[in-house]
Amino acid sequence: MALTVLALVRTRKLFAAVILSGVYSFLMATVMLTLDAVDVAMTEAAVGAGISTVLLLGALYLCKSEEAKPAHRPWLPLAVSVSTAAILIYGAMGLPDFADPKSPIHQNVVPRYMENEVDVPNVVTAVLASFRGYDTLGETTVVFTAGAGIIALLRRRKSKRDDNEK
Amino acid sequence: MKNDLVLRVVGKLLIPFILLFALYVQFHGDFGPGGGFQAGVIFASGIIFYALIFGLANARKLMPDWLVESLLASGVLIYAGVGIAGLLLGGNYLDYFVLDSDPVHGQHRGIFWVEAGVAITVCGVMLKIFYMFASRANFDARTDD
Repeated sequence: MALTVLALVRTRKLFAAVILSGVYSFLMATVMLTLDAVDVAMTEAAVGAGISTVLLLGALYLCKSEEAKPAHRPWLPLAVSVSTAAILIYGAMGLPDFADPKSPIHQNVVPRYMENEVDVPNVVTAVLASFRGYDTLGETTVVFTAGAGIIALLRRRKSKRDDNEK
Repeated sequence: MKNDLVLRVVGKLLIPFILLFALYVQFHGDFGPGGGFQAGVIFASGIIFYALIFGLANARKLMPDWLVESLLASGVLIYAGVGIAGLLLGGNYLDYFVLDSDPVHGQHRGIFWVEAGVAITVCGVMLKIFYMFASRANFDARTDD
């Protein structure tokens, strides 16, 4: 993964960058798989590596395939991202161990989820659709809004161009 | 890409299984990994795969624009409708226990329809975004080369 990221940063060719980000998504999916989050791994592989790669390639045909030279030196953004990463890593060291049954997240609502009054064997589905039904309704609405926004943006431009041609 | 024999044959072989796998992920989501979002994305990527190989015009014949747009809206409506059905049957909004005489069955029914709504919306949105990008990129002119 680190190799992929380094290559991704170094490359100036946008086509290579798109393919490399697809590779990165697949590697990320395997990481999710080893963390036993199969649902997330499936989503990552399908959306990150599949559909977003296709969409980026489609966008690439609309513009130049070579990245422009940066106008200024990258030191300030670099410093900001390195310090953020340092803070995050420092914070992550304070977290409980992976799969520690005594950690706080397993003490409060998880026992009730696990009791499974819904009687659906996949707890992820039960939590998403039943216990957190409102959240998922909101998510679906967000996805719908994204689609509606795309329609609104791209369709208007198309009709404008038609007007110009007339 | 349209005239690539290998792609056409492999695509014809694989696409039915991709779509079938999407349905499996959808309906088996209660028991194994998966659910509405994953199923919708996999279904949409199957159609996108078809569009990449056989051209956008053919995919548009298969899933016309009006169908995609109504999918996009009807998913959210199904989801919200489950909530309203719960209200009408005397429970709270998005309360599935009242959807059947047996509360656990009601939960199953509620989750089934909610997941169906999520899958339909996600599939519609993904396809719509792809159609929009691809038609701007004049996709078919490119694949004919």
